[in-house]
Amino acid sequence: MSETKKFLYVNRKAPYGTIYALESLEVVLIGAAFEQDVSLAFLDDGVFQLTKGQDTGGIGVKNFSPTFRALGDYEVTKLYVEKESLAERGLTEGDLQEITFEDEDDDYEEKPSIHLVSRSEMADIMADQDVVLSF
Amino acid sequence: MSTLHTVNKSPFDSGSLVSCLNHCKDGDAVLMIEDGVYGGLSGTTVSDAVQGKTDAVDIFVLSPDADARGLNAGRMMAGISGVDYDGFVELVAQHDRTQAWL
Amino acid sequence: MKFGVVISEGPYTHQAADSAYHFVKSAIALGHEVPRVFFYHDGVNVSTRLSVPPQDERNIQVNWTNLAKEHGVDLVVCIAAAQRRGLLDENEARRQGKDADNIAEGFRISGLGQLIEMGIQTDRLVTFGD
Repeated sequence: MSETKKFLYVNRKAPYGTIYALESLEVVLIGAAFEQDVSLAFLDDGVFQLTKGQDTGGIGVKNFSPTFRALGDYEVTKLYVEKESLAERGLTEGDLQEITFEDEDDDYEEKPSIHLVSRSEMADIMADQDVVLSF
Repeated sequence: MSTLHTVNKSPFDSGSLVSCLNHCKDGDAVLMIEDGVYGGLSGTTVSDAVQGKTDAVDIFVLSPDADARGLNAGRMMAGISGVDYDGFVELVAQHDRTQAWL
Repeated sequence: MKFGVVISEGPYTHQAADSAYHFVKSAIALGHEVPRVFFYHDGVNVSTRLSVPPQDERNIQVNWTNLAKEHGVDLVVCIAAAQRRGLLDENEARRQGKDADNIAEGFRISGLGQLIEMGIQTDRLVTFGD
């Protein structure tokens, strides 16, 4: 495999109404094997993908939200969530799942994977990537 | 380092164009394609938002898509240029990455 | 330069497959390489050989099959997305116990890794979707 590239997965759509959230996550999981520098961005309606308490029994589809909590095991540890997008939707950090990873470079200390960033910080993160995948 | 942003949805149907403009950095380019070309029209509710970015960002419409929709150059805002598919390719090559706002 | 292209919406319903086609043709004519086009989400539906569009309309699948033939573009259809949507090649049909396969010439079914590999191996990646 050649050099390591910075991959950003951009998530701007809500879960369940369309398949983009689920199939985007599937790319992330498979992509983890390629050991690139991976970040996930959640903005606009994408922030809804990370909310707690998703109960899909009544609509008969698989609840895939627990999969986000497994991302740490795949060494995907940078989930950037846009503050303005949360605020526009009446959400706070407390409405989001707790997603953590064990930092093997720091005695396996458990650390948060979610980083709340401002719109302008999100723009900086986007501008820093090699490959941007949008779903 | 700069980004070419593509927007393919009408700004009257989707927040994608506004979200894109909110995340552009100086020196980036925005190319409106498919139904996104409606974002280039003058005198609309989003025209000011688009016009406001033309100093910092180069804004383009894909002419074949504008033509298909009966939008001639005269209906577009000043400061927006039309490109064809060759121009689209050149924009992709010129900027370091392409980001689609779907 | 080497361009990678993702098509993530289906033919006719969305313009994505057409926009991507014209983009790729221009890129090749201008001397760039387009080694692979990756079909994801409903984009996998571009690969059916069973579509019969009206005679006076473009045939999107045939456009892509011909482009692949003429310029060696690797048309990759994501296996997970294809399975969900009922696009199967001969092997997959046999494996899954289905009574038919429907992939058109020039397209091949493969894993999501091919998308990541495309991102790694190309200079630019362009997505056509919704």
